[in-house]
Amino acid sequence: MTDVSLNSPEYDATFGDYWALLKPRVMTLVVFTAFVGLLAAPSTLHPVEAFAALLFIAIGGGASGALNMWWESDLDAMMKRTMKRPIPSGRVTRDAAVSLGVALAGFSVVMLGLATNWMAALWLAFTIFFYVVIYTMWLKRRTPQNIVIGGAAGAFPPLIGWVAATGAVSIEAVLMFALIFLWTPPHFWALALFTRMDYDNAKVPMLTVTHGRPSTRKHILIYTIILSAFAIGAAFTGLGGIVYLITAIICTVIFMRDAIRISRRNEDIAEADGYAVEKSFFKFSLLYLALLFTAILVGSLIGPLEIFGGWL
Amino acid sequence: MSFVKQSQMHARRQSRNTAVALCLVGLMILTVALSLVKLRSAGPTEGFDHVVRPALEDQGS
Repeated sequence: MTDVSLNSPEYDATFGDYWALLKPRVMTLVVFTAFVGLLAAPSTLHPVEAFAALLFIAIGGGASGALNMWWESDLDAMMKRTMKRPIPSGRVTRDAAVSLGVALAGFSVVMLGLATNWMAALWLAFTIFFYVVIYTMWLKRRTPQNIVIGGAAGAFPPLIGWVAATGAVSIEAVLMFALIFLWTPPHFWALALFTRMDYDNAKVPMLTVTHGRPSTRKHILIYTIILSAFAIGAAFTGLGGIVYLITAIICTVIFMRDAIRISRRNEDIAEADGYAVEKSFFKFSLLYLALLFTAILVGSLIGPLEIFGGWL
Repeated sequence: MSFVKQSQMHARRQSRNTAVALCLVGLMILTVALSLVKLRSAGPTEGFDHVVRPALEDQGS
């Protein structure tokens, strides 16, 4: 089938086309981190309420994705990575995408409020607003710190999960937010170092282009140092425990080691070994976040162990 | 429009409509389950005004 036939009025979008608008891969991360936030919280929800909370948080995340694709359809059409998305490929119209996004956003916020509490619904509404308006519409094309701002939007789900269970924000919820917020820039900038992204064509100011690659390497190290402090510091809060502490120390040492190696390399060395360290750092960053959150989850399931007088 | 194209279009529509129907049924089941959970956790209430009735609490104990 050609693009002409896709764009013709005869083409009816399938359910899969609309599903793709919701960025299902991003939704997986949203569900997992929100699930950890929900289970790590000191209060418990009935399983049906917990399931509903996760579902509506995921739908809210999906709505943000649809609105992001609606606004960025011009940009998506210019980049190889995104040109096959439903709108630039002509499978879904912009009007359909914005209608779906707005409808699902409103639906998810109201339903989360009814299923759990209105504070959680408020945080979900703010997350959608932050991602769509502050990040996508306003700052993404204006600042090279766009990844940092986008990272904040992706960091809210565990906080929403926590608030859904407890009704309030606490230091633990903020720490889970901080872990994802601080993890996103080094993760994404490492990817930007070894892939030739065509953000230039789309006029999106990426740090690698606006400040250069040596500066990006320093930024990776700075964010990793701050992230390490938060990752290990979280062990001494309600999120922590011996499982989390051991996991955080081991993973952070490996992560820091690679960040230091990245900061000491230049483009000649990196090109000579095919960006081996940058690729290794990027792959491990995925594992790093997954392991930290799994450790929080395991710690909350097994409960505190009586070590160091019950401190951990 | 040829019959083949029409048939493909109908097949796509049917599959989309079936998926939407399944989502709606799932949502309906979830809404009923949530309502039951909320009602049970609310304790003794009277359905028409959702106000706690001490008299009912006494009967229950």
